[in-house]
Amino acid sequence: MDATLALFKREFFGYFRSPVAYVFLIVFLLAAVGLAFFVGQFFRGNTASLDAFFVFHPWLFLFFIPAVGMRLWAEEKRSGTIEILFTLPLTPLQAVAGKFFAGWLFVALAVVLTFPMALTVGYLGSPDWGMILCSYLGSILMAGAYLSICSLTSSLTKNQVISFVLSTLVCLVLVFLGWGVFSNLLGAVFPVWLVDLLATFSFTTHYESMMRGLLDLRGLVYFLSLMAFSLFLNVLALER
Amino acid sequence: MVEIDQLSKRFGNLLAVDRVSFSVRRGEILGFLGPNGAGKSTTMKMVTGFLRPTAGTARIGGHDILEEPLAAKSRIGYLPESSPSYQEMTVGEFLGFIAECRRLGDRAARGRAVERVLDLCSLREVRHQPIETLSKGYRQRVGFAQAVIHDPPVLILDEPTDGLDPNQKHEVRSIITGMAKDKAVILSTHILEEVDALCTRVIIIARGKVVVDETPAELRDRDPGKRLDTVFRQLTT
Repeated sequence: MDATLALFKREFFGYFRSPVAYVFLIVFLLAAVGLAFFVGQFFRGNTASLDAFFVFHPWLFLFFIPAVGMRLWAEEKRSGTIEILFTLPLTPLQAVAGKFFAGWLFVALAVVLTFPMALTVGYLGSPDWGMILCSYLGSILMAGAYLSICSLTSSLTKNQVISFVLSTLVCLVLVFLGWGVFSNLLGAVFPVWLVDLLATFSFTTHYESMMRGLLDLRGLVYFLSLMAFSLFLNVLALER
Repeated sequence: MVEIDQLSKRFGNLLAVDRVSFSVRRGEILGFLGPNGAGKSTTMKMVTGFLRPTAGTARIGGHDILEEPLAAKSRIGYLPESSPSYQEMTVGEFLGFIAECRRLGDRAARGRAVERVLDLCSLREVRHQPIETLSKGYRQRVGFAQAVIHDPPVLILDEPTDGLDPNQKHEVRSIITGMAKDKAVILSTHILEEVDALCTRVIIIARGKVVVDETPAELRDRDPGKRLDTVFRQLTT
């Protein structure tokens, strides 16, 4: 436990040792808010809700989360510090957990820093706060699921670019399976039950139900088990 | 202190380490020699638990590295080749991090451990500098400090003097002899003078196999009057 905590602290504060963290946070906030205003027509919608803001998160995460996750293991491998790490008296699970939770806290921080959006709708109208909280929870859970996939792909290579591309591809598939436009395309070729089954494996399906304020068990189980599964594979990949 | 038992490692078709066995006692400094690619680093990586052996095992103070990895690893200090470290951390932060991962007690106890190695490796004047700003000699000493912070009974050093100037080499060697009295030390090198200057025993491996296991004097006596590197060449080619 001590070792996990030590790794967690090193990794989390490590983000702020370089300007990368600040650049990331600023660009993420600009992109998240910019999409809501200019693409999502946040003001013209004339409703006190953050739908126009949250609806872009699956697409936004597609690029931002791999940018955070790509270095988790690839960098350790490239610089050789992985040799220090795995000759310390700690288990691979402790190492994976320490690093993953640090990364998750960092992306969760980025999501939470969009709170002025919530304050804005609160000032302009009377939004459904339960729904907004539920959307934030869904967004943070989804970010964790993305990051677990990035952590896995990062452990497969010492090249950060390969790690980035690989995780973006995997996440893209998981977003597409539940995206209406893509489901309709699939529906033209495959039977409906198969399309529906595939959609249950998608980020989008579970995230959208949380965006509507539905805190159902299926969504929680989906995101948490996806994280557990990716991190389990991550441990296996590192144990060799 | 260290028992290596029929250790083998296969990478695809290449048998990098082939049934290597030896043991090292407390107080011994074992020079681990061989041409590049002979399997020195691979053997060390298996002994420290970084690589999983294809066959065989190593025991550190009686603890099997495969069966009780945590107990074995806590008894080893390891300096990997080219001493990697987290470049963006300062020397003090990095050593503190290692102390925490190694569970060296509470904050005060960890602080004492860091202070001890800062003095031992003469790092005090750079403790607040990021490691990436240090010269190669200092970085090597950071690697050293990291390896001995928990005062381990077994020390495994992969080319500790590689890339250092003659003064720095001398310094590193005196650190090693200073610490070695009550430890079992394995160090790899391809500098033969180092073996003479430091080691109490020599093992030479070539193509993954142990070809020599004796004292430096015995090695020299194999061909009296010739230079050590001539002997080395005869044994490894």
